[in-house]
Amino acid sequence: MTTSFAIPLFEGDLVRLTPVDYDKDPEVVAAWTHNAEFMRMYSLQPVRPLTAAQVKKQFEQIDKDMDEGKRLFHFAIRSKEDDRLIGVARIEWIEWSNGTAFLKIGLPDPADRRKGCGGDVLRLLLRFAFREVNLHHLEVVLPEYNVPALRFFEKHGFTIEVRRRQAVNRGGRRWDLIHMAILRPEWEARNERQK
Amino acid sequence: MKDKNELTADLLRGKLVRLCAMDSESISKFFVGWTHDSEYWRLMAATPPYPWSQEGVKKFIEKELQKDDPRNIFFVIRALEDDRVIGEIGFDGTSYSQGDTFVGIGIGERDYWGKGYGTDAMNIILRYVFTELNLQRVSLTVFEYNARAIRSYEKCGFRVEGRAREIIHREGRRWDIIFMGILQEEWQALNA
Amino acid sequence: MRDKNEMATNLLCGKNVKLTAQDMDQAARHYFQWSQDPEYMRSVEGEPPVPLSLKATKEVNERDWPEDDPDNIMFLIRTLQEDQIIGFANLDYISWHHGDSYMGIGIGDKAYRGKGYGTEAMNLLLRYAFTELNLHRISLTVFEYNQRAIHMYQKCGFKIEGMNRDYHYRDGRRWNLVCMGILREEWLNLNEYITP
Repeated sequence: MTTSFAIPLFEGDLVRLTPVDYDKDPEVVAAWTHNAEFMRMYSLQPVRPLTAAQVKKQFEQIDKDMDEGKRLFHFAIRSKEDDRLIGVARIEWIEWSNGTAFLKIGLPDPADRRKGCGGDVLRLLLRFAFREVNLHHLEVVLPEYNVPALRFFEKHGFTIEVRRRQAVNRGGRRWDLIHMAILRPEWEARNERQK
Repeated sequence: MKDKNELTADLLRGKLVRLCAMDSESISKFFVGWTHDSEYWRLMAATPPYPWSQEGVKKFIEKELQKDDPRNIFFVIRALEDDRVIGEIGFDGTSYSQGDTFVGIGIGERDYWGKGYGTDAMNIILRYVFTELNLQRVSLTVFEYNARAIRSYEKCGFRVEGRAREIIHREGRRWDIIFMGILQEEWQALNA
Repeated sequence: MRDKNEMATNLLCGKNVKLTAQDMDQAARHYFQWSQDPEYMRSVEGEPPVPLSLKATKEVNERDWPEDDPDNIMFLIRTLQEDQIIGFANLDYISWHHGDSYMGIGIGDKAYRGKGYGTEAMNLLLRYAFTELNLHRISLTVFEYNQRAIHMYQKCGFKIEGMNRDYHYRDGRRWNLVCMGILREEWLNLNEYITP
Protein backbone atom coordinates (compact mmCIF):
# COMPACT_ATOMS: atom_id res chain seq x y z
CA MET A 1 0.00 0.00 0.00
CA THR A 2 1.38 3.40 -0.87
CA THR A 3 0.99 5.93 1.87
CA SER A 4 0.58 9.66 1.37
CA PHE A 5 4.12 9.96 2.71
CA ALA A 6 5.27 8.84 -0.69
CA ILE A 7 3.99 12.04 -2.28
CA PRO A 8 7.03 14.24 -2.81
CA LEU A 9 6.65 17.48 -0.86
CA PHE A 10 9.05 19.62 -2.81
CA GLU A 11 8.60 18.38 -6.35
CA GLY A 12 5.77 19.54 -8.61
CA ASP A 13 5.01 19.01 -12.28
CA LEU A 14 7.12 21.95 -13.44
CA VAL A 15 9.14 23.11 -10.45
CA ARG A 16 11.19 21.98 -7.52
CA LEU A 17 11.48 23.77 -4.15
CA THR A 18 15.13 23.73 -3.11
CA PRO A 19 17.64 25.44 -0.81
CA VAL A 20 19.52 28.46 -2.14
CA ASP A 21 22.79 27.86 -3.96
CA TYR A 22 25.53 30.20 -2.73
CA ASP A 23 27.56 29.84 -5.92
CA LYS A 24 25.02 30.07 -8.68
CA ASP A 25 22.05 31.99 -7.27
CA PRO A 26 23.44 35.38 -6.13
CA GLU A 27 24.03 36.67 -9.69
CA VAL A 28 20.47 35.76 -10.68
CA VAL A 29 18.88 37.29 -7.58
CA ALA A 30 21.00 40.44 -7.97
CA ALA A 31 19.54 40.82 -11.46
CA TRP A 32 15.99 40.52 -10.01
CA THR A 33 16.71 43.38 -7.61
CA HIS A 34 17.47 45.55 -10.64
CA ASN A 35 14.06 44.70 -12.09
CA ALA A 36 11.99 47.37 -10.37
CA GLU A 37 8.81 46.23 -12.06
CA PHE A 38 9.10 42.86 -10.33
CA MET A 39 10.36 44.23 -7.03
CA ARG A 40 7.42 46.60 -6.72
CA MET A 41 5.07 43.67 -7.08
CA TYR A 42 7.08 41.46 -4.74
CA SER A 43 8.05 43.75 -1.87
CA LEU A 44 6.89 46.87 -0.03
CA GLN A 45 10.46 47.89 0.77
CA PRO A 46 11.77 50.69 -1.41
CA VAL A 47 13.34 49.17 -4.52
CA ARG A 48 17.08 48.92 -4.08
CA PRO A 49 19.39 47.15 -6.48
CA LEU A 50 21.90 44.79 -4.89
CA THR A 51 25.18 43.25 -5.96
CA ALA A 52 25.74 39.50 -5.93
CA ALA A 53 27.95 39.94 -2.86
CA GLN A 54 25.12 41.65 -0.97
CA VAL A 55 22.70 38.90 -2.01
CA LYS A 56 25.11 36.32 -0.66
CA LYS A 57 25.07 38.10 2.69
CA GLN A 58 21.28 37.99 2.63
CA PHE A 59 21.41 34.24 1.99
CA GLU A 60 23.58 33.83 5.09
CA GLN A 61 21.02 35.79 7.11
CA ILE A 62 18.17 33.68 5.71
CA ASP A 63 19.92 30.43 6.64
CA LYS A 64 20.59 31.80 10.11
CA ASP A 65 16.97 32.91 10.54
CA MET A 66 15.64 29.53 9.43
CA ASP A 67 17.95 27.65 11.75
CA GLU A 68 17.72 29.88 14.83
CA GLY A 69 14.36 31.60 14.52
CA LYS A 70 12.43 28.52 13.39
CA ARG A 71 9.66 30.65 11.97
CA LEU A 72 10.68 30.66 8.32
CA PHE A 73 10.90 28.35 5.31
CA HIS A 74 12.69 29.93 2.37
CA PHE A 75 12.82 28.03 -0.93
CA ALA A 76 14.58 28.71 -4.19
CA ILE A 77 12.24 27.69 -7.01
CA ARG A 78 13.90 25.83 -9.87
CA SER A 79 12.35 24.72 -13.12
CA LYS A 80 12.52 20.97 -13.53
CA GLU A 81 13.10 21.31 -17.24
CA ASP A 82 16.49 23.01 -17.03
CA ASP A 83 17.24 23.40 -13.29
CA ARG A 84 17.16 27.17 -13.74
CA LEU A 85 16.49 29.40 -10.70
CA ILE A 86 13.12 30.98 -11.53
CA GLY A 87 11.83 32.41 -8.27
CA VAL A 88 11.44 32.43 -4.53
CA ALA A 89 8.79 30.99 -2.21
CA ARG A 90 8.51 31.65 1.51
CA ILE A 91 6.42 30.68 4.48
CA GLU A 92 7.27 33.30 7.06
CA TRP A 93 6.25 34.75 10.44
CA ILE A 94 5.01 31.37 11.62
CA GLU A 95 3.09 31.55 14.89
CA TRP A 96 3.31 27.99 16.15
CA SER A 97 0.73 27.98 18.93
CA ASN A 98 -1.94 29.45 16.68
CA GLY A 99 -0.92 27.75 13.46
CA THR A 100 -0.69 30.90 11.38
CA ALA A 101 1.84 32.21 8.87
CA PHE A 102 2.36 34.45 5.86
CA LEU A 103 3.18 33.29 2.38
CA LYS A 104 5.18 34.90 -0.38
CA ILE A 105 5.86 33.82 -3.95
CA GLY A 106 7.99 35.67 -6.48
CA LEU A 107 8.37 34.59 -10.10
CA PRO A 108 10.10 37.45 -11.93
CA ASP A 109 9.86 36.13 -15.49
CA PRO A 110 6.36 36.45 -17.01
CA ALA A 111 7.13 33.52 -19.30
CA ASP A 112 7.49 31.22 -16.28
CA ARG A 113 4.19 32.51 -14.89
CA ARG A 114 2.43 31.87 -18.18
CA LYS A 115 3.63 28.27 -18.15
CA GLY A 116 1.76 27.71 -14.90
CA CYS A 117 4.76 27.61 -12.57
CA GLY A 118 2.91 29.82 -10.06
CA GLY A 119 0.07 27.36 -9.63
CA ASP A 120 2.54 24.52 -9.28
CA VAL A 121 4.50 26.38 -6.58
CA LEU A 122 1.35 27.32 -4.68
CA ARG A 123 0.08 23.73 -4.69
CA LEU A 124 3.37 22.56 -3.18
CA LEU A 125 3.49 25.34 -0.62
CA LEU A 126 -0.09 24.86 0.56
CA ARG A 127 0.33 21.12 0.83
CA PHE A 128 3.55 21.60 2.82
CA ALA A 129 1.98 24.27 5.04
CA PHE A 130 -1.21 22.35 5.86
CA ARG A 131 -0.09 18.72 5.80
CA GLU A 132 3.45 18.94 7.16
CA VAL A 133 3.85 22.22 9.09
CA ASN A 134 0.21 21.81 10.25
CA LEU A 135 -0.82 25.43 9.89
CA HIS A 136 -4.42 26.59 10.02
CA HIS A 137 -4.41 30.09 8.49
CA LEU A 138 -2.15 31.15 5.65
CA GLU A 139 -2.10 34.78 4.65
CA VAL A 140 -0.72 36.77 1.74
CA VAL A 141 -0.39 40.57 1.65
CA LEU A 142 -0.68 42.32 -1.70
CA PRO A 143 -0.86 45.93 -2.86
CA GLU A 144 -4.08 46.58 -4.82
CA TYR A 145 -2.13 47.36 -8.00
CA ASN A 146 -0.87 43.78 -8.18
CA VAL A 147 -4.03 42.66 -9.96
CA PRO A 148 -2.61 39.46 -11.50
CA ALA A 149 -1.55 38.18 -8.06
CA LEU A 150 -4.89 39.10 -6.49
CA ARG A 151 -6.68 37.12 -9.22
CA PHE A 152 -4.23 34.26 -8.90
CA PHE A 153 -4.75 33.80 -5.18
CA GLU A 154 -8.51 34.24 -5.51
CA LYS A 155 -8.58 31.52 -8.13
CA HIS A 156 -6.75 29.24 -5.73
CA GLY A 157 -9.22 29.67 -2.92
CA PHE A 158 -7.93 32.68 -0.99
CA THR A 159 -10.45 35.18 0.43
CA ILE A 160 -9.93 38.90 0.99
CA GLU A 161 -9.98 39.50 4.74
CA VAL A 162 -8.54 42.95 5.28
CA ARG A 163 -8.15 46.07 3.21
CA ARG A 164 -5.74 48.49 4.87
CA ARG A 165 -6.67 51.78 3.28
CA GLN A 166 -3.93 53.77 1.54
CA ALA A 167 -1.15 51.80 3.24
CA VAL A 168 1.02 51.83 0.12
CA ASN A 169 2.45 54.99 -1.37
CA ARG A 170 3.96 54.37 -4.75
CA GLY A 171 4.12 55.71 -8.27
CA GLY A 172 2.77 59.08 -7.17
CA ARG A 173 -0.36 57.87 -5.37
CA ARG A 174 -1.64 55.85 -2.47
CA TRP A 175 -3.01 52.35 -2.78
CA ASP A 176 -4.78 49.96 -0.43
CA LEU A 177 -2.97 46.97 0.97
CA ILE A 178 -4.98 43.79 0.75
CA HIS A 179 -4.67 40.76 3.03
CA MET A 180 -5.95 37.48 1.60
CA ALA A 181 -6.02 34.15 3.39
CA ILE A 182 -6.99 30.51 3.12
CA LEU A 183 -7.93 28.27 6.04
CA ARG A 184 -6.92 24.66 6.21
CA PRO A 185 -10.55 23.36 6.09
CA GLU A 186 -11.16 25.47 2.98
CA TRP A 187 -8.10 24.00 1.34
CA GLU A 188 -9.11 20.45 2.34
CA ALA A 189 -12.60 20.99 0.89
CA ARG A 190 -11.18 22.23 -2.41
CA ASN A 191 -8.92 19.19 -2.58
CA GLU A 192 -11.88 16.87 -2.04
CA ARG A 193 -13.84 18.57 -4.80
CA GLN A 194 -10.93 18.31 -7.20
CA LYS A 195 -10.51 14.57 -6.68
CA MET B 1 -1.78 73.17 14.95
CA LYS B 2 -3.71 76.09 16.38
CA ASP B 3 -0.88 78.43 17.13
CA LYS B 4 2.86 78.54 17.30
CA ASN B 5 2.93 77.62 20.95
CA GLU B 6 1.76 74.14 20.14
CA LEU B 7 5.12 73.41 18.60
CA THR B 8 6.81 73.87 21.92
CA ALA B 9 4.07 72.21 23.98
CA ASP B 10 4.92 68.91 25.61
CA LEU B 11 4.22 66.50 22.80
CA LEU B 12 4.40 63.43 25.02
CA ARG B 13 2.03 64.59 27.78
CA GLY B 14 -1.73 64.01 27.74
CA LYS B 15 -4.57 64.61 30.19
CA LEU B 16 -4.02 61.52 32.34
CA VAL B 17 -0.67 60.11 31.33
CA ARG B 18 2.72 60.92 29.90
CA LEU B 19 5.04 58.82 27.76
CA CYS B 20 8.60 58.30 28.99
CA ALA B 21 11.77 56.54 28.01
CA MET B 22 12.14 52.81 28.63
CA ASP B 23 14.67 52.71 31.42
CA SER B 24 15.35 49.00 31.82
CA GLU B 25 16.69 49.38 35.35
CA SER B 26 13.68 51.07 36.90
CA ILE B 27 10.83 49.60 34.88
CA SER B 28 11.70 45.94 34.48
CA LYS B 29 10.01 45.02 37.80
CA PHE B 30 6.70 46.37 36.51
CA PHE B 31 6.98 44.43 33.28
CA VAL B 32 7.78 41.27 35.20
CA GLY B 33 4.55 41.63 37.16
CA TRP B 34 2.56 42.06 33.98
CA THR B 35 4.07 38.98 32.30
CA HIS B 36 2.85 36.96 35.28
CA ASP B 37 -0.71 38.14 34.56
CA SER B 38 -1.86 35.66 31.92
CA GLU B 39 -5.05 37.60 31.16
CA TYR B 40 -2.99 40.69 30.32
CA TRP B 41 -0.66 38.65 28.14
CA ARG B 42 -3.52 36.98 26.27
CA LEU B 43 -5.02 40.38 25.51
CA MET B 44 -1.66 41.68 24.29
CA ALA B 45 0.10 38.89 22.43
CA ALA B 46 -0.59 35.92 20.20
CA THR B 47 2.23 33.87 21.71
CA PRO B 48 1.56 31.67 24.76
CA PRO B 49 1.95 33.50 28.08
CA TYR B 50 5.22 32.90 29.86
CA PRO B 51 6.20 34.40 33.21
CA TRP B 52 9.50 36.18 32.69
CA SER B 53 12.25 36.80 35.24
CA GLN B 54 13.39 40.31 36.03
CA GLU B 55 16.82 39.59 34.57
CA GLY B 56 15.20 38.28 31.38
CA VAL B 57 12.99 41.34 30.96
CA LYS B 58 15.91 43.67 31.62
CA LYS B 59 18.07 41.98 29.02
CA PHE B 60 15.22 41.96 26.51
CA ILE B 61 14.56 45.69 26.91
CA GLU B 62 18.26 46.51 26.74
CA LYS B 63 18.64 44.49 23.57
CA GLU B 64 15.71 46.30 21.97
CA LEU B 65 17.03 49.71 23.01
CA GLN B 66 20.49 48.88 21.76
CA LYS B 67 19.18 48.35 18.25
CA ASP B 68 18.20 52.02 18.23
CA ASP B 69 15.99 51.25 15.25
CA PRO B 70 13.89 54.23 14.13
CA ARG B 71 11.28 51.78 12.85
CA ASN B 72 10.58 50.53 16.36
CA ILE B 73 9.98 53.08 19.12
CA PHE B 74 8.68 52.20 22.59
CA PHE B 75 7.59 54.23 25.60
CA VAL B 76 6.43 53.52 29.12
CA ILE B 77 3.16 55.07 30.18
CA ARG B 78 3.14 56.90 33.52
CA ALA B 79 0.02 58.23 35.25
CA LEU B 80 0.27 61.99 35.69
CA GLU B 81 -1.33 61.94 39.16
CA ASP B 82 1.31 59.78 40.87
CA ASP B 83 3.95 59.21 38.15
CA ARG B 84 3.37 55.46 38.47
CA VAL B 85 4.45 53.20 35.62
CA ILE B 86 1.14 51.72 34.40
CA GLY B 87 1.78 50.40 30.91
CA GLU B 88 3.64 50.34 27.64
CA ILE B 89 3.02 51.76 24.19
CA GLY B 90 5.01 51.83 20.99
CA PHE B 91 5.08 51.10 17.33
CA ASP B 92 7.03 48.79 15.12
CA GLY B 93 7.41 47.75 11.53
CA THR B 94 7.29 51.40 10.50
CA SER B 95 7.71 51.99 6.79
CA TYR B 96 8.80 55.57 6.29
CA SER B 97 8.51 55.36 2.51
CA GLN B 98 4.95 54.00 2.68
CA GLY B 99 4.06 56.15 5.68
CA ASP B 100 2.53 53.31 7.71
CA THR B 101 3.23 51.85 11.14
CA PHE B 102 1.74 49.36 13.62
CA VAL B 103 0.94 50.60 17.10
CA GLY B 104 0.70 48.41 20.20
CA ILE B 105 -0.47 49.37 23.68
CA GLY B 106 -0.98 47.67 27.03
CA ILE B 107 -2.04 48.94 30.44
CA GLY B 108 -0.40 46.41 32.74
CA GLU B 109 -1.68 47.83 36.05
CA ARG B 110 -5.20 46.51 36.53
CA ASP B 111 -6.26 49.44 38.77
CA TYR B 112 -5.98 51.63 35.71
CA TRP B 113 -8.13 49.55 33.38
CA GLY B 114 -11.28 51.00 31.90
CA LYS B 115 -10.64 54.56 33.09
CA GLY B 116 -9.42 56.25 29.95
CA TYR B 117 -5.67 55.97 30.60
CA GLY B 118 -5.06 53.80 27.55
CA THR B 119 -7.18 56.02 25.30
CA ASP B 120 -5.22 59.04 26.50
CA ALA B 121 -1.88 57.31 25.77
CA MET B 122 -3.12 56.30 22.31
CA ASN B 123 -4.12 59.88 21.56
CA ILE B 124 -0.62 61.04 22.49
CA ILE B 125 0.92 58.44 20.19
CA LEU B 126 -1.34 59.44 17.30
CA ARG B 127 -0.32 63.06 17.73
CA TYR B 128 3.32 61.97 17.83
CA VAL B 129 3.01 59.81 14.72
CA PHE B 130 1.02 62.34 12.67
CA THR B 131 2.70 65.60 13.69
CA GLU B 132 6.26 64.56 14.51
CA LEU B 133 6.99 61.48 12.40
CA ASN B 134 4.57 62.70 9.71
CA LEU B 135 3.30 59.28 8.71
CA GLN B 136 0.20 58.84 6.56
CA ARG B 137 -1.62 56.22 8.60
CA VAL B 138 -1.47 54.02 11.69
CA SER B 139 -2.48 50.36 11.75
CA LEU B 140 -3.22 48.04 14.63
CA THR B 141 -4.52 44.56 15.25
CA VAL B 142 -6.71 43.50 18.15
CA PHE B 143 -8.19 40.14 19.16
CA GLU B 144 -11.93 39.92 18.77
CA TYR B 145 -12.39 39.01 22.44
CA ASN B 146 -10.81 42.30 23.57
CA ALA B 147 -13.96 44.44 23.43
CA ARG B 148 -12.61 47.06 25.83
CA ALA B 149 -9.64 47.76 23.57
CA ILE B 150 -11.77 47.91 20.43
CA ARG B 151 -14.02 50.53 22.07
CA SER B 152 -10.98 52.57 23.08
CA TYR B 153 -9.49 52.44 19.56
CA GLU B 154 -12.80 53.48 18.02
CA LYS B 155 -12.91 56.43 20.41
CA CYS B 156 -9.48 57.50 19.10
CA GLY B 157 -10.81 57.39 15.54
CA PHE B 158 -9.63 53.97 14.32
CA ARG B 159 -11.88 52.21 11.83
CA VAL B 160 -12.24 48.47 11.29
CA GLU B 161 -10.54 47.53 8.00
CA GLY B 162 -11.13 43.80 8.09
CA ARG B 163 -10.72 40.64 10.07
CA ALA B 164 -8.29 37.78 9.64
CA ARG B 165 -10.37 34.72 10.41
CA GLU B 166 -9.55 32.14 13.08
CA ILE B 167 -6.06 33.44 13.76
CA ILE B 168 -5.90 32.87 17.50
CA HIS B 169 -6.26 29.38 18.94
CA ARG B 170 -7.08 29.64 22.63
CA GLU B 171 -9.29 27.93 25.15
CA GLY B 172 -10.20 25.30 22.62
CA ARG B 173 -11.58 27.58 19.95
CA ARG B 174 -10.46 29.95 17.27
CA TRP B 175 -10.83 33.71 17.31
CA ASP B 176 -10.44 36.40 14.66
CA ILE B 177 -7.96 39.24 14.66
CA ILE B 178 -9.46 42.59 13.79
CA PHE B 179 -7.42 45.04 11.72
CA MET B 180 -8.02 48.72 12.37
CA GLY B 181 -6.53 51.82 10.83
CA ILE B 182 -6.66 55.59 10.94
CA LEU B 183 -5.53 57.99 8.22
CA GLN B 184 -3.76 61.24 8.87
CA GLU B 185 -6.61 63.30 7.42
CA GLU B 186 -9.17 61.47 9.56
CA TRP B 187 -7.13 62.20 12.65
CA GLN B 188 -6.76 65.84 11.64
CA ALA B 189 -10.51 66.21 11.11
CA LEU B 190 -11.15 64.71 14.56
CA ASN B 191 -8.58 66.93 16.25
CA ALA B 192 -9.10 70.19 14.39
CA MET C 1 0.37 57.77 -13.07
CA ARG C 2 -2.62 57.35 -15.33
CA ASP C 3 -3.54 53.77 -14.62
CA LYS C 4 -2.49 50.73 -12.69
CA ASN C 5 -0.32 49.43 -15.49
CA GLU C 6 2.14 52.20 -14.93
CA MET C 7 3.25 50.38 -11.81
CA ALA C 8 4.56 47.88 -14.30
CA THR C 9 7.54 49.93 -15.43
CA ASN C 10 11.10 49.42 -14.39
CA LEU C 11 11.67 52.68 -12.58
CA LEU C 12 15.42 52.14 -12.52
CA CYS C 13 15.67 52.03 -16.30
CA GLY C 14 15.64 54.91 -18.77
CA LYS C 15 16.18 54.96 -22.52
CA ASN C 16 19.97 55.12 -22.44
CA VAL C 17 20.98 54.65 -18.81
CA LYS C 18 19.99 52.70 -15.74
CA LEU C 19 20.55 53.01 -12.01
CA THR C 20 22.29 49.93 -10.66
CA ALA C 21 23.68 48.50 -7.44
CA GLN C 22 26.55 50.06 -5.61
CA ASP C 23 29.21 47.52 -6.45
CA MET C 24 32.06 48.48 -4.12
CA ASP C 25 34.87 47.00 -6.20
CA GLN C 26 33.66 48.43 -9.48
CA ALA C 27 32.83 51.77 -7.88
CA ALA C 28 36.29 52.12 -6.35
CA ARG C 29 38.01 51.34 -9.64
CA HIS C 30 35.97 53.91 -11.52
CA TYR C 31 36.13 56.62 -8.85
CA PHE C 32 39.87 56.14 -8.78
CA GLN C 33 40.06 56.65 -12.50
CA TRP C 34 37.74 59.68 -12.48
CA SER C 35 39.64 61.26 -9.60
CA GLN C 36 42.58 61.79 -11.99
CA ASP C 37 40.44 64.29 -13.89
CA PRO C 38 40.67 67.67 -12.14
CA GLU C 39 37.76 69.13 -14.09
CA TYR C 40 35.50 66.37 -12.82
CA MET C 41 36.84 66.61 -9.28
CA ARG C 42 36.29 70.35 -9.21
CA SER C 43 32.69 69.88 -10.24
CA VAL C 44 31.81 67.29 -7.60
CA GLU C 45 34.19 68.05 -4.72
CA GLY C 46 34.49 71.26 -2.72
CA GLU C 47 37.82 70.33 -1.22
CA PRO C 48 41.05 70.22 -3.25
CA PRO C 49 41.32 66.81 -4.89
CA VAL C 50 43.56 64.47 -2.88
CA PRO C 51 45.42 61.85 -4.92
CA LEU C 52 44.15 58.81 -3.01
CA SER C 53 45.30 55.33 -3.92
CA LEU C 54 42.83 52.80 -5.26
CA LYS C 55 42.88 51.01 -1.89
CA ALA C 56 42.15 54.20 0.03
CA THR C 57 39.43 55.16 -2.45
CA LYS C 58 37.68 51.90 -1.72
CA GLU C 59 38.02 52.32 2.04
CA VAL C 60 36.67 55.85 1.90
CA ASN C 61 33.72 54.68 -0.19
CA GLU C 62 32.96 51.87 2.22
CA ARG C 63 33.09 54.28 5.13
CA ASP C 64 31.03 57.04 3.52
CA TRP C 65 28.61 54.83 1.60
CA PRO C 66 27.83 51.77 3.67
CA GLU C 67 25.86 49.65 1.26
CA ASP C 68 23.00 48.73 3.58
CA ASP C 69 22.33 52.23 4.94
CA PRO C 70 18.64 53.10 4.38
CA ASP C 71 19.34 56.84 4.73
CA ASN C 72 22.05 56.99 2.06
CA ILE C 73 21.27 55.46 -1.28
CA MET C 74 23.98 55.28 -3.90
CA PHE C 75 23.52 54.06 -7.46
CA LEU C 76 26.03 53.46 -10.18
CA ILE C 77 24.88 54.86 -13.51
CA ARG C 78 25.39 52.38 -16.33
CA THR C 79 24.63 52.66 -20.01
CA LEU C 80 21.79 50.46 -21.05
CA GLN C 81 23.49 49.17 -24.19
CA GLU C 82 27.05 48.37 -23.14
CA ASP C 83 26.40 48.08 -19.39
CA GLN C 84 29.29 50.48 -18.89
CA ILE C 85 29.66 52.40 -15.60
CA ILE C 86 29.72 56.12 -16.45
CA GLY C 87 28.90 57.84 -13.17
CA PHE C 88 27.02 57.86 -9.89
CA ALA C 89 23.77 59.27 -8.57
CA ASN C 90 22.88 59.30 -4.92
CA LEU C 91 20.49 60.45 -2.23
CA ASP C 92 22.08 61.26 1.08
CA TYR C 93 21.00 62.39 4.49
CA ILE C 94 17.42 61.35 3.80
CA SER C 95 15.23 62.85 6.49
CA TRP C 96 12.22 60.55 6.49
CA HIS C 97 10.12 62.55 8.91
CA HIS C 98 10.46 65.74 6.92
CA GLY C 99 10.57 64.07 3.54
CA ASP C 100 13.75 65.83 2.42
CA SER C 101 17.00 64.54 0.99
CA TYR C 102 20.14 65.88 -0.60
CA MET C 103 21.18 64.44 -3.92
CA GLY C 104 24.35 64.24 -5.92
CA ILE C 105 25.22 63.17 -9.41
CA GLY C 106 28.40 62.90 -11.42
CA ILE C 107 29.20 61.65 -14.89
CA GLY C 108 32.80 60.58 -14.42
CA ASP C 109 33.38 59.26 -17.90
CA LYS C 110 34.24 62.25 -20.08
CA ALA C 111 32.98 60.62 -23.24
CA TYR C 112 29.44 60.65 -21.84
CA ARG C 113 29.26 64.27 -20.71
CA GLY C 114 27.02 66.82 -22.40
CA LYS C 115 24.98 64.19 -24.22
CA GLY C 116 21.92 63.95 -22.01
CA TYR C 117 23.03 60.92 -20.01
CA GLY C 118 23.25 62.95 -16.80
CA THR C 119 19.83 64.52 -17.34
CA GLU C 120 18.29 61.13 -17.90
CA ALA C 121 19.93 59.64 -14.81
CA MET C 122 18.82 62.67 -12.85
CA ASN C 123 15.21 62.15 -13.88
CA LEU C 124 15.41 58.48 -12.93
CA LEU C 125 16.74 59.45 -9.53
CA LEU C 126 13.98 62.02 -9.04
CA ARG C 127 11.29 59.55 -10.07
CA TYR C 128 12.74 57.08 -7.57
CA ALA C 129 12.81 59.69 -4.82
CA PHE C 130 9.30 61.02 -5.45
CA THR C 131 7.34 57.94 -6.49
CA GLU C 132 9.10 55.15 -4.62
CA LEU C 133 10.55 56.77 -1.50
CA ASN C 134 7.78 59.40 -1.50
CA LEU C 135 9.98 62.24 -0.38
CA HIS C 136 8.51 65.74 -0.36
CA ARG C 137 11.50 67.66 -1.69
CA ILE C 138 15.04 67.16 -2.98
CA SER C 139 17.82 69.59 -2.22
CA LEU C 140 21.19 70.02 -3.85
CA THR C 141 24.09 72.40 -3.84
CA VAL C 142 26.18 73.24 -6.87
CA PHE C 143 29.23 75.40 -7.43
CA GLU C 144 28.52 78.73 -9.12
CA TYR C 145 31.09 78.11 -11.82
CA ASN C 146 29.41 74.88 -12.85
CA GLN C 147 26.88 76.58 -15.11
CA ARG C 148 26.31 73.50 -17.22
CA ALA C 149 25.11 71.59 -14.17
CA ILE C 150 22.93 74.48 -12.97
CA HIS C 151 21.30 74.61 -16.38
CA MET C 152 20.70 70.85 -16.31
CA TYR C 153 19.16 70.98 -12.84
CA GLN C 154 16.85 73.78 -13.96
CA LYS C 155 15.83 71.71 -16.96
CA CYS C 156 14.84 68.94 -14.54
CA GLY C 157 12.70 71.37 -12.58
CA PHE C 158 15.00 72.58 -9.80
CA LYS C 159 14.75 76.18 -8.65
CA ILE C 160 17.50 78.29 -7.14
CA GLU C 161 16.53 78.83 -3.52
CA GLY C 162 19.50 80.86 -2.36
CA MET C 163 23.26 81.22 -2.22
CA ASN C 164 25.97 80.76 0.31
CA ARG C 165 28.03 83.79 -0.65
CA ASP C 166 31.78 83.53 -1.30
CA TYR C 167 31.74 79.90 -0.31
CA HIS C 168 34.64 78.60 -2.40
CA TYR C 169 38.00 80.06 -3.19
CA ARG C 170 39.22 78.68 -6.47
CA ASP C 171 41.39 79.95 -9.29
CA GLY C 172 42.12 83.12 -7.39
CA ARG C 173 38.57 84.22 -6.71
CA ARG C 174 35.59 83.48 -4.54
CA TRP C 175 32.47 81.70 -5.74
CA ASN C 176 29.02 81.31 -4.34
CA LEU C 177 27.51 77.97 -3.47
CA VAL C 178 24.13 77.75 -5.20
CA CYS C 179 21.35 76.04 -3.24
CA MET C 180 18.64 74.46 -5.35
CA GLY C 181 15.50 72.48 -4.60
CA ILE C 182 12.50 70.83 -6.19
CA LEU C 183 9.19 69.93 -4.55
CA ARG C 184 7.32 66.71 -5.20
CA GLU C 185 4.25 68.39 -6.70
CA GLU C 186 6.43 70.46 -9.03
CA TRP C 187 8.07 67.32 -10.31
CA LEU C 188 4.78 65.43 -10.60
CA ASN C 189 3.29 68.31 -12.62
CA LEU C 190 6.30 68.51 -14.91
CA ASN C 191 6.12 64.79 -15.53
CA GLU C 192 2.35 64.56 -15.82
CA TYR C 193 1.93 62.37 -12.81
CA ILE C 194 -1.49 62.73 -11.27
CA THR C 195 -1.88 62.41 -7.53
CA PRO C 196 -5.27 61.34 -6.20
